[in-house]
Amino acid sequence: MSTLEIKDLHVEVETEAGPKQILKGVDLVIASGEVHAIMGPNGSGKSTMAYSVAGHPKYTITQGSVKLDGVELTQLSVDQRAKAGLFLAMQYPIEVPGVSVANFLRTAKTALSGEAPKVRTWVKEVNEAMSRLGLDETFSSRSLNEGFSGGEKKRNEIVQLELLKPKFAILDETDSGLDIDALRIVSEGVNRYMAEGGHGTLLITHYTRILNYIKPDFVHVFVDGRIVTEGGPELAENLEVEGYDRFVKMAAAA
Amino acid sequence: MSNLDAATEAIASHLHPTASYNLADHALPTGKEEIWRFTPLEPLRPVLEGASADAELAWSGELPEQVSHAELSKEDVVAAGAQAPFDRVAAVALDHAAQSARIDIPAGLEVADPIVIDAVGRGGTVYGRTLVNVGAGASVTLVLRHRGLANYGELTNIVVGDGARLNFVSVQDWDDGAVHAGQHSILIGKDARVKSVTASLGGKLIRLMETAKYAGTGGELEQFGVYFADAGQHSEHRLFVDHNLPNTVSNVDYRGALQGEGANAVWIGDVLIRKVAQNISTYESNKNLLLTDGCRAESVPNLEIETGDIQGAGHSSTTGRFDDEQLFYLRSRGIPEAEARRLVVHGFFADIIRRIGVPEVEQRLLAVLEKELDAVGLPAANNEEN
Ligand SMILES: Nc1ncnc2c1ncn2[C@@H]1O[C@H](COP(=O)(O)OP(=O)(O)OP(=O)(O)O)[C@@H](O)[C@H]1O
Ligand SMILES: [Mg+2]
Repeated sequence: MSTLEIKDLHVEVETEAGPKQILKGVDLVIASGEVHAIMGPNGSGKSTMAYSVAGHPKYTITQGSVKLDGVELTQLSVDQRAKAGLFLAMQYPIEVPGVSVANFLRTAKTALSGEAPKVRTWVKEVNEAMSRLGLDETFSSRSLNEGFSGGEKKRNEIVQLELLKPKFAILDETDSGLDIDALRIVSEGVNRYMAEGGHGTLLITHYTRILNYIKPDFVHVFVDGRIVTEGGPELAENLEVEGYDRFVKMAAAA
Repeated sequence: MSNLDAATEAIASHLHPTASYNLADHALPTGKEEIWRFTPLEPLRPVLEGASADAELAWSGELPEQVSHAELSKEDVVAAGAQAPFDRVAAVALDHAAQSARIDIPAGLEVADPIVIDAVGRGGTVYGRTLVNVGAGASVTLVLRHRGLANYGELTNIVVGDGARLNFVSVQDWDDGAVHAGQHSILIGKDARVKSVTASLGGKLIRLMETAKYAGTGGELEQFGVYFADAGQHSEHRLFVDHNLPNTVSNVDYRGALQGEGANAVWIGDVLIRKVAQNISTYESNKNLLLTDGCRAESVPNLEIETGDIQGAGHSSTTGRFDDEQLFYLRSRGIPEAEARRLVVHGFFADIIRRIGVPEVEQRLLAVLEKELDAVGLPAANNEEN
């Protein structure tokens, strides 16, 4: 049983006009076995939260803490956070020219588990994971994300999720830009990951459609740098009908 | 080639110097000239001034029996219609070379294995004059590896016959104090295909003028380069592709990594598309990766277009440090910083290295790359906080 505990998280980014506060006190606890969905308007800070938890150098945490099973992540380097069990599927996965997917996956697996995976079983495992996500074998020799379509990049993120098996996964709009079949294929990947047990997912999304495939235990509404309300899956249905208006006004009044 | 030069009109250009066989046409530079302003002249003094040669490079290598070699005079070079010197070092070398080689690859000869020639310096001032004739329809890979120590000034001409295929690899793998300056010129025959790879790995100063032009329509040039400049090293590649005939193609891609105080790289990419050169296509690209503070890269692509009737012409040039986003992405998958940097640097050069097509040379480059990365003194994997 693991927990990811975000407490009073305040985050700034450096802008031309000086530091700008984006996160204004985020509190969130995820236990393994749980899926939490985060929904909120554009620019409300969802990606900022995802990136700052993962340790992106652009973001400065000015207050608060992020603990994974009691270990303070904010004191760790990016790769140490991954080693502690954190995974971030990015809204816009980065292209790395000249580094093949296969080499990247093997290097990551080796770094995370502290030993090189057994060649024979690993190659098979990789090929199977890719084929489950609808990526054929040619992808493993291609440069990481380079020239991948938007949907292929997202699928590749879930391939990594399945192979690297982190304790907690933050999926930042993994469903955006996916066609209908890909949405199902990617969702099944996330569900397989959850079904292995001992894993938790934080799913950032704009659409309730993915929540038909991946059932959230909790839904949080994110407005202006903090969580303004939370509830069960029915909250997402509500948002679909009513939009964020009510919460945006609430946040403005607060 | 004189009749070829007559056929293509002379054009006044500020971008590239005019070629001449006559040493008197190449004044001793002051350092203010466009073609010399990036170059530290001091180490070049001997080969610029024409100090007398007091040494030779030891050449070794095995030529297939059909391939002949002989001495080469300045007159031979002129008679062969080879490219005249563009700068003073090449002109001095042409006049002064005590060491010369003419290599003839007969028409139609196909050689599967690379022909590898080693040229090893043991100090001293050396001038070289080389001419390689690749006969029509021949197909060869020629690797020229420079090692050891020398002050080396040279002119190498390669004349590629119609329909021939040449893969030419020049490796500058000198010891630390070496100076190597000069000119490599390729004349590309009708429908010939040339791939050249220039790898400049070590030496105090490397300055190569690399030029190409066409002796017939339909010729194709792919020109790749890799260079590493360490503290105090100067690595300069000045390219000039002369699209002097229609339906010709050139594609240039040079990449360099710099590290350490005073590491210097210069890349000049001149492409001239003459009025007659209709339906040509050209692209040139240069990328520099600055691994540490204190290094400097000049990157100057120049396209001079005299006709609008072409398929395509473009260039790009980038110089930068590690991409933070790439490093973040790799590290977010648990890969430690030092290893993430290694992956990115290997990836940066991978496209070029895999095109060399000579495993020995590819492995040597990868080994030197490893050494470069070690020397950068990347932070230990796990000691950094965010
Ligand atoms: N360098 C910067 N300068 C100014 N503002 C910035 C900078 N970087 C981020 N921001 C702002 O931070 C806010 C939060 O951005 P973030 O990407 O976290 O939003 P988001 O909730 O993920 O939005 P979306 O739903 O569109 O993905 C945005 O208003 C963005 O413009
Ligand atoms: Mg976002």
